[in-house]
Amino acid sequence: MNDFLKIQGLEARIDADGTPKEILKGIDLEIPKGEIHAIMGPNGSGKSTLSYVLSGRDDYEVTGGSATFKGQDLLALDPEERAALGVFLAFQSPVELPGVNNANFLRTAVNAVRRARGEDELDAVAFLKAVRAETKRLSMSDEMLKRAVNVGFSGGEKKRNEVLQMRLLQPSFAILDETDSGLDIDALRIVADGVNSLRGPDFSALVITHHQRLLDYIVPDRVHVMAKGKIIFSGGPEVAKTLEKQGYTQFLEAAA
Amino acid sequence: MPAVTETRETVEKLAKSSYEWGFETDIEMDIAPKGLNEDTVRLISEHKREPEWMLEWRLKAFRMWLEMKEPEWAKVSHPPIDYQDAHYFAQPKKKPGPKSLDEVDPELLKTYAKLGIPLHEQALLAGVEGAEDQKRLPVAVDAVFDSVSVATTFRKTLEEAGVIFCPISDAIREHPDLVKQYLGSVVPAADNFFAALNSAVFTDGSFVFVPKGVRCPMELSTYFRINARNTGQFERTLIIVEDGASVSYLEGCTAPQRDENQLHAAVVELIAMDDASIKYSTVQNWYPGDDEGRGGIYNFVTKRGACRGARSKISWTQVETGSAITWKYPSCVLAGEGSVGEFYSVAVTNNHQQADTGTKMIHLAPNTRSTIIAKTISAGRSDSTYRGLVRMQPKARNARNFTQCDSLLIGDQCGAHTVPYIESRNMTARIEHEATTSKISEDQLFYCRSRGLSEEDAVGLIVNGFCREVLKELPMEFAVEAQKLLQVSLEGSVG
Repeated sequence: MNDFLKIQGLEARIDADGTPKEILKGIDLEIPKGEIHAIMGPNGSGKSTLSYVLSGRDDYEVTGGSATFKGQDLLALDPEERAALGVFLAFQSPVELPGVNNANFLRTAVNAVRRARGEDELDAVAFLKAVRAETKRLSMSDEMLKRAVNVGFSGGEKKRNEVLQMRLLQPSFAILDETDSGLDIDALRIVADGVNSLRGPDFSALVITHHQRLLDYIVPDRVHVMAKGKIIFSGGPEVAKTLEKQGYTQFLEAAA
Repeated sequence: MPAVTETRETVEKLAKSSYEWGFETDIEMDIAPKGLNEDTVRLISEHKREPEWMLEWRLKAFRMWLEMKEPEWAKVSHPPIDYQDAHYFAQPKKKPGPKSLDEVDPELLKTYAKLGIPLHEQALLAGVEGAEDQKRLPVAVDAVFDSVSVATTFRKTLEEAGVIFCPISDAIREHPDLVKQYLGSVVPAADNFFAALNSAVFTDGSFVFVPKGVRCPMELSTYFRINARNTGQFERTLIIVEDGASVSYLEGCTAPQRDENQLHAAVVELIAMDDASIKYSTVQNWYPGDDEGRGGIYNFVTKRGACRGARSKISWTQVETGSAITWKYPSCVLAGEGSVGEFYSVAVTNNHQQADTGTKMIHLAPNTRSTIIAKTISAGRSDSTYRGLVRMQPKARNARNFTQCDSLLIGDQCGAHTVPYIESRNMTARIEHEATTSKISEDQLFYCRSRGLSEEDAVGLIVNGFCREVLKELPMEFAVEAQKLLQVSLEGSVG
């Protein structure tokens, strides 16, 4: 039985200028420990909303259903508690934090999470060593550590910075929200390698993407097709290839 | 970032008592009766054993003050101040110097401990005999404890370098020529209502003189404390730095909680000669009043520096988090050719605090340069105004100014205003002004929290990032304290 991530009948809405707008309309999804799942779907199907609801953004009102993670009611936790429990969201559009030194930010985050997990905090030397190893793996310059978080970063640099954070925070469940957008093929390979090397019995991920291309590098165990706030089809990695060739139409028609 | 951890601890401590540093020390005091007239001025002068010329100087200022009106142009409001309903002098009763810390008034030591002053420094402050021989800290402290310097430390080391650092009342007696020459030469008594009041009744403050070519061997710091019920605080600071000399002066303060408004009207005068440099840093955390704004301190200060010599430099850095009302414009008069004025400021207001603060850069000479970086953070129902004047006089050929004013709003009930006054009378002068207003966004908060940071830590990080350009100008030990203060001041302002 799966006691890792279990989402049942999840419904959520957002306040759109005073009128509530239903976005998630009953999501059922289970991701067992150690598996990587992908979600594909047309724009506006609710993919990003799902990632925000799972990581705790409070603009969304959950109106029904449940989500449990490692046996805990995920939806009852604050975002920082979810992070401590092992949830990580790689943002589609990471925000800028002017004046906040990237290395300081990373170290503050790493130590906040380590404290919450009952681990020793990293001192400056140990942290620098850890972060240098990761920036090397992701082909990032040390200069990016000295800049303000995401300020003046190119699209590709922002995505790499997200993957850097993910690797340092060592989540057990990562959500990658269109991490491939804005990446050239070399950057895509590097980012995919950053994710793949975390793969193991204790790491699961939900990869949200528009493109088959990313899934050539991060091969998922399962692929889910999402439309209009629901998962309308689930299958193996081959589903991504079918979608790439034939588009969403046949899935949408089959679901209708 | 360790400061965040420290900040967390500070916040936790504060959660227990709403204003940790709101304590009052019970020490035997000499207090002058309430009220202000020529007799009060005479009494102060007599208590200070001042020479006749000083008394005359004070009386002249007092007579001017009587003719003046309280200024009303600042964007602040408060009930009328009854200047007759305050004490103008309070002095702790002096005893012979204690032999060890055990003999020091335990109340005084408790106060120092709450302020976080290291033990060794406590001994020095309390005037323990022999404590000065074990010099360890490169910081000299002149503690202004309720208007009177209880002790002056590291005086010997400084004396060897030729630096004079002492209470101004000592300087009036011991260095009358210097005081006569410079006191009131940058901020004349007639300058404004509060400067005139200060000139008449100032009770203490610091005097610094750095002679030609000397780099002051240590940071000079003064802890201001306001500690007697209903005692107005009128400090007077005079810093003179001769040719090629330099000094860094730190001023920091925390004040006890109380239920009646306290007026604080200090005057600070800085004088820099050829190639001299003065760095004046302030961290101000006076009691801002309760959540409704009752009982906080009124801080009406005149701070001005004169760059008299060629290539001289005066740099003001301030972090203002306290007081119910702040009215303060540290300024530079750039009279020496190629002289430089700088103003770096962070002003935080929360709850019902009001701040009208900024600077004046008066360019008199050619090739003078000034930089203004002002960061304003408003939260709660507070109101904050940046008011800055940049004036290029006809002789200020090729003078340059760069001004950057950034406001950060937290919540939707606070206000931030920027009022720049720009006057140029020289065609070759260049003036740049940039201003931004922003809010801490939900996106930024969520981003930080999804990385494991608590909401308080996230706000602290974002605010400290916003103020980074200013905080990096502070001396190291002040920078850490300032980061804590910023977060503590904004506690509970989000969510």
